[in-house]
Amino acid sequence: MHEYSIVQALIALVEAEAAERGATKVHALRVGLGELAGVEPSLLSTAFETFRERTICAGADLNLRRIPAQWSCPRCALEILRGAPLQCSGCGGPARLVQGDELVLESIDLEVN
Amino acid sequence: MCEDCGCGDPEVVPIEVQKRILGNNDRVAQHNREHFFKQGVLALNLMGSPGSGKTALLEATARTAGPRLRIGAVSGDLATDHDGERLRKAGIPALTITTGTACHLDARLVHDALHDFPLEGVDVFFIENVGNLVCPAIYDLGQAANVVALSVTEGEDKPLKYPAMFRAADLVLLTKIDLLPALPEVRIEAFAEALARVNPAPRILPISARTMEGMAEWLSWLAALRAASRSVEPRQFVSRPAAILRGETR
Repeated sequence: MHEYSIVQALIALVEAEAAERGATKVHALRVGLGELAGVEPSLLSTAFETFRERTICAGADLNLRRIPAQWSCPRCALEILRGAPLQCSGCGGPARLVQGDELVLESIDLEVN
Repeated sequence: MCEDCGCGDPEVVPIEVQKRILGNNDRVAQHNREHFFKQGVLALNLMGSPGSGKTALLEATARTAGPRLRIGAVSGDLATDHDGERLRKAGIPALTITTGTACHLDARLVHDALHDFPLEGVDVFFIENVGNLVCPAIYDLGQAANVVALSVTEGEDKPLKYPAMFRAADLVLLTKIDLLPALPEVRIEAFAEALARVNPAPRILPISARTMEGMAEWLSWLAALRAASRSVEPRQFVSRPAAILRGETR
């Protein structure tokens, strides 16, 4: 389970952002999490609840914005149906991921004095 | 403090960040990638379940390639140096990265191991990841390409169950095909069909470290990828050399 190491990286990132802006507390953070990011949302939330204590994120809410995978053909712009082979039904070329592999800190609600 | 009405409440401000959570890992991985590139070494991230045959594959690769393709390796394991010992016995300069409880290698662990690993005289450097189909997939290590070992006994639906891992595979080695006569219900085509649903450019190579079937194709792939990787500047995009090898121009 790598969700703990991801949470550690997340908290370090939040701490750096907060320090840069002279914030004293974090109220909430929003994370964009793609379906294909390889991260289990519920495990990430549990890991965050465990690790946020005694950090600047203590008491902060983690809001996950889940992003479904979406594939399309870069040449024909045809969208690939969910679960279908990822080769374009038009030209046979490889599809490209449009969205769905994100693992991104999108925003933070910071308390500043 | 709130400056609008002087109520004394702290001020909460929303800040747009938009940064990759594993951005630090990405930066170290890119540093590794440039290091491999400067040394003229093809670095590969070899992943797969525990027992999928990663170490046996490297042993057989070294045996077959001999001095034509000189191999080096670091091997990630939660505990023990068993894989490292096996690799060294097979004549592969190898180090073990003991990860303790961590279920994957990250770029920092590989970077630190590289300090103790002279790459001179190495053509292909394998990073044998911790046996695991989940966690290693999301950590860039600085490799030029990902190779996933999947043994024929693991089930044809594994790519569908672990899409993040198999999406990232530039090559899937279907290992232990010498066992197929004992597994009449297992079809190689079924693995390929499942892979095509999670990987836009699926490539699957049936191989056996015991009978050496598929070994020549595997060595050709390595040699061609090595040539392709030297023709491009190292970029953040892991799969670029493999895409060139497939003839895709992007």
